[in-house]
Formats: sequence, structure tokens, C-alpha cells
Amino acid sequence: MSDQSQPTRPVLTRLLLVLVPLAAMLGAFVWIASLDPLRSFNNGAPAVEALTVERTILDEAGIGLLVRAGGSEPMAIAQVAVDDAFWTFTQDPPGPIARGDTVWVQIPYPWVLGEAHLVNMLSNTGTAFEHEIAVAVPTPKATGGQLRLQALVGAIVGLLPVALGLMFYPAMRGVGRGGMNFLLALTVGLLAFLLIDMTSEALELAASAAALFQGSAMVWLAGLASFLLLMAIGRWRGTPEGLALAFYIALGIGLHNFGEGLAIGGAFAAGSAGLGTFLVLGFALHNVTEGIGIAAPMLRVRPPLWTFAALTLLAGGPAVLGMWAGSLAYAPQWSALALAVGAGAILQVMVEVTAYLMRQNNDRQVVLFAPAVLGGFLAGLAFMYATAALIKV
Amino acid sequence: MPADTERSVDPSRRALLVGGLVAAGGAAIAAGSARSQSVPDPMAGHDMSNMPSDPYAAPMSGMAHGNMTTVGLVDHGRNGFDPTSMLTDWETGRTELLPDGRTLRTFEVDAIDREIEIAPGIFFPAWTFNGRVPGPALRAKEGERLRIVFRNLGSHPHSMHFHGIHSARMDGVPGAGLIGPGEEFIYEFDAKPFGCHLYHCHALPLKRHMHKGMYGLFVIDPDPARQTDPAFTAIAASRLHGSPENAEWQELAMVMNAFDTNFDGANEVYAANTVGQAYMNVPIQIDKTRPVRIYLVNVTEFDPINSFHLHANFFNYFDTGTTLTPTLRTVDLITQCQAQRGILEFSFAEHEDGMYMFHAHQSEFTELGWVGMFDVRGPAA
Repeated sequence: MSDQSQPTRPVLTRLLLVLVPLAAMLGAFVWIASLDPLRSFNNGAPAVEALTVERTILDEAGIGLLVRAGGSEPMAIAQVAVDDAFWTFTQDPPGPIARGDTVWVQIPYPWVLGEAHLVNMLSNTGTAFEHEIAVAVPTPKATGGQLRLQALVGAIVGLLPVALGLMFYPAMRGVGRGGMNFLLALTVGLLAFLLIDMTSEALELAASAAALFQGSAMVWLAGLASFLLLMAIGRWRGTPEGLALAFYIALGIGLHNFGEGLAIGGAFAAGSAGLGTFLVLGFALHNVTEGIGIAAPMLRVRPPLWTFAALTLLAGGPAVLGMWAGSLAYAPQWSALALAVGAGAILQVMVEVTAYLMRQNNDRQVVLFAPAVLGGFLAGLAFMYATAALIKV
Repeated sequence: MPADTERSVDPSRRALLVGGLVAAGGAAIAAGSARSQSVPDPMAGHDMSNMPSDPYAAPMSGMAHGNMTTVGLVDHGRNGFDPTSMLTDWETGRTELLPDGRTLRTFEVDAIDREIEIAPGIFFPAWTFNGRVPGPALRAKEGERLRIVFRNLGSHPHSMHFHGIHSARMDGVPGAGLIGPGEEFIYEFDAKPFGCHLYHCHALPLKRHMHKGMYGLFVIDPDPARQTDPAFTAIAASRLHGSPENAEWQELAMVMNAFDTNFDGANEVYAANTVGQAYMNVPIQIDKTRPVRIYLVNVTEFDPINSFHLHANFFNYFDTGTTLTPTLRTVDLITQCQAQRGILEFSFAEHEDGMYMFHAHQSEFTELGWVGMFDVRGPAA
């Protein structure tokens, strides 16, 4: 009995050692909340109020806004004015909005196609929260036709260019050491462009999200976490190369294309992009190198044909999902999060492709500054930068 | 290398793409390949025929203003003043006879900090005269001696600056009747000239003290005895508060004001007598057998001009009210600069019963609250 109680006592003691500070914490919180020792800091300033519009729906019922409150206390939307005119509105659920909660504000306002509107929500303290609808267009609905159409656009900007890039595979197989180095460096260059592009886009989106999401920190931390996790998974059974490395690149690019789909879908919904054929083709051209990048590390192996289809789907398919998500269920903080995760994935493949490139050569350090490698890297950056000019609106 | 690819697939791809997009007839994609994406045409491809119904068919319910209205009602009881009773609530003070036979009229006015509800659910930290915005509508007769006992119960220095004729000592500017919290000052001067005037706090910064609510009507009625022409005597008598001739008229006090609730130098709520859309929710009752006279002043801050437009009728206008003949005849709209004021006279005697609208004809002011209704009825109704 004594030798049984021997090991349990430390457990109890350890539990107690955890419980004591927890109890102290609880007691302190109750004391602070009940006695309000900080009441003398109350300088008469009104409560801080914050209101962020996360989604805008324009339809035959008028204007619908999904708004998130972020004030220091629950806040009330007292009146809504659209284009400097007080307008009736309903709020669901009604009543004061607690910090972090969202409500739908429905305004039966006869909006005008293709024109701008300004919604001004006044709280009970008279604080004004403005939301601009830059170009009013009917918000896409999840109808069969709409989903098919978005899938088509997603396929053109995601699947098509990856497939086209992969078609260079037979031609690329014949290259020698220099050509191989050039292609791998080209891949790293285009990935570097995507990394910078995604990070800045994620930060921009995060800035428009509610403050309680701490946009900037969320982007950096999610990117870092995604990078570390993918590195750990990738190196589970040794450093990835060949087909495995190709799949990691496809995954990273797939996450990037998901983000790109989100952006295009969101732009659709907001009416800010009159997405012409020219723009769609620009995206396709911009993404052609992605297929080449995926193909580069598997030139030394002979992959079965199905892998090409799988790689295409993995790298390009998320663009379709992104289109749907972006136009139907858009919220800046979730889009920023998706982009940040994608940026981490891109960084992981940059590291792995570079490692693979160095392993392929005997003079590991020197090769990084060899003309073919440096040239390939810069060519990748330059090509991406130049083709991005077609799609930035 | 990729550029070659692009060129080689371009013609067929492009044709396929354009064809597919046109066929889809989507609400999202502009099909015109010649259209530059740098100048997006918002109308492109937005075929409205695939929308379930017309967005313009947003339900238009309610009264004449449809959905263009505030939601809910202001609690006038909590405010301590009601825009409807304010229309006819003249402050005449108390009178006594001076040794020289003239009348001394004494008003008591306190400056008070007070939070008021200016539109349903929107609260504004106002500075008030006697707890109301606009302040009491002071009314006196031409030639009387006026004494205004002013106490500052607020948290900032305040004054009463009267638009009238008085000495520099009584002007209500710094050094002449501008007092700190807890202090008292007595303004004293003769009531002249007759007309529709105003008073306001002249503490600095003026804009802040004005738009926080420190203003009110100051009406001096003409003395019929001073008129030599019998026709003018009758007109003056009709303007003299308390006279039998004056009792024939329906007189309304209206102060066009606005509130900058977020203090960004632009107004969020416009009104006549403070509460946005008050006279839409409770129309002003008009007996059409009696003529209407409105004492109107504009104290709107930030916007240089306000206006008054009467629907389905015309009126005579007496700018500043200092004449007994109209300065404008047969108009349905007048404009007033900040602190400009005047008297409107009109009649609905020949009109059908019904709701007749009045509002600022700056549509923005109208739609942000400065709009109301006259509920015109005959004696039978």
C-alpha cells in the first residue's frame, strides 16, 4: 500500500501546485471585477467603439451588411444613413452587439447598378462608421450557373496554366546540369515573387479586418507556423526530392492559387474588377511558370502519367475553391489567414528546392552564384513581375 | 518560352474562352475582349435579366417618405422638451412697470450641460440654455427694457450674445458678459429693433459653442402704437404676442439646426427644433381657417446655407422680420445663411385637407432629418 501511495503523492502535490496559482488568478479577477480598483482611471471618456463590415450583399432586398463589433463594451447601431439619407433597417439578431459578435444589418435601399454608395452607421453615441460600396453589382449567389461560371474562371487561371507548364516536361528532360540548375533556380525565383506578393496581399487584407483579429501578427504567425509544420512533415522521412518535392511545390502553389481565387472571387463580389478576358488570360500567362516549377525537380525520375493529373489538380484546383469561397463567403481575416498559410508553404518549397539544387551539385555553396542559377532566379522574378503587370488592377 | 506557349494556344483558347463566357451570360465577367481592364466598365456583362427581380423594387412601405426615415422614436420625456410643444412655447419672462412708465421684462436663463437624444437612439452631449435645444424662445415688445439674468451652471465659459441693438458692455463677447462656470451676469438693454432675431453663446471657439446647442430665438414684436399708418398699425398688432389680432394667427417657432455627432466638422443629423424627423412622426396640426406665421432662424453650423421649402403653397417672407411689408412675395423657398432669420406668412384656407410637406431643399439635409408635415384640416374635420 505504501509503495502504491508513493507515486500518487507527487501527482497530487503537482496538481495542487497548479491549482494554487489558478485559484489565486481567479480570486484576483473576481476582486478586480467586483471592487473595480481602477475606477479612478475613469476620466469620463465614452467607451471605445469599433465596427467592421466583413461582407456586403447587394440583392433585390437592398443592401445587407455583416458587421462585427469590437468595442470595449457592447454597442448599439442607432441609425443607418445611405448616401446621406436616413434609411430604415433591420438588425439580426437585434439589440446591443457584444465585442466580437457579428450581426446582419439589412437595409431596403434601392441601390443603383454600377454606381457607388456610402453606408453610414451611427452608434448611440453618434459615432459614425462608414462603409463604401465602390461599385454596386448584384452579389453572386450560390446557384448552379454561378458556381459553374466561377469554376470555369478558376480553371482558366489555375488548372490550365499548370497543365500547360507541365507539358514542357518532355522537353525539359533532355537538359544537362546547367539547364537543370537554371530551371530549379527559375522555380525558386518565381516562388520568391509569390511569397512577397502573397505576404503583402495578406497584410493588406488583414488591415481591413476587425482589430481583435490582430491582422498583422496573425499573418506573420500563421505563415511561420505553416512553414514550420510543412518543413517538419516534409522531412519526416528524409529531405524531399523528386516526385515528393514536386508534390510539395504543387501544394504550395495550390495554396497560392487558393488565395488568388479568393482575391478574384472577392473582387467579383465587390464589383471592383470588371474581369475581362484580357485579365483572365493575364492570370493564365502569369501562372504558366508554376507548371514548369513543379516539373523541375522530377526530371531525374520517370513519374507515371497519373501524377501529372494529380499535380495539376493539387496546384490548380484550389483556384476554383478559392473563387467560390471568395465570392460567396468572403471575410477579410479568413482570406488573410489563407494567404498567410500559403506564404508559409511557399517558403517551405523555396527552402527545399534550394536544398535540392545544392545537393545536385558538388560545389554546394559556389553553385548558388553560378551564372545559370543566378540567371534562372532573376529570370523567374522578372518574368513574374512582368506578367503581374497584366493582372494588377 | 512560356510566351511562345501563350502565343501558340492563344487563338483557339481565346475563342473558346470568349464563347464560353458569352454563353454563360454571367453576372461577373466582361466578355468584350477589346475592353481594357485598366478602365473597367462596371456595366459590362452585368445582365440584369438574370436577376430574380428588379433591385429598384426594394420595398417602399410606410408614409410619404417610404423607407427614407429614422428607425424608432425619441423619448421626449427624457429629453425634457418636445419639438411639438416647442413650436408654440414662447418665453415671455416676467414684467414690472418702471418709474418712467416703461415695462421692464426679466428673463432667467441658465447654461446647463445635458445629454439629449437628437434622433432615435442617438445621444449628443449638448450645452444648453435652460436644458433645451434650441434654448427658450424669448419674446418681448419693441421699446421694453429687457433684463436677462444669466447663470452659467455648465462646465465651460459661456455667454448670451443677442442680435439686437445694445451697448458694447452687453455684447456677450469675452470681456463683456462672458462668464465662467458658477458665475452670473445680467444683460440689460432696450428691445429694438422689432423683428425675428436670435441669441447664442459667443464663447470661443464659436463653432463648438454653437453646434453644441447654445442658441435660441429672440423675437421682438412691433409696437402698434409706434405706427402712424393705420394699415401698418393693424399689421403690427397682428404680430404683437397676446393681442386679439395676434390670436387669429397660428404662430410657430422653428430653429433650423444640425448636430455633428462625431465631431468631424460635418453634421450627421439635421432638424428643425433639434429632433430629426420629429414633424414626420408627429405632423404639425394646422387649422386651415387661420393664417400661419413661422419665426424661422438658421443656426446650422458647418453648412453655410440652409433653406425652407413649403409644398403645394407659397408664402410671403419678411427677412429678419424688421419690416411690416414682405421683403419677398409669393415664394415657396427661402434660403438663410448662418444666423440669418425671418418671418414666413401663408394660408391653407383654399386648400384641400391633407398632409403638406415642408423641408430644407438641400436634399441631403432633408434626408438626414430636416423634413416635416403640416396636417392641414378644416374646422369640420
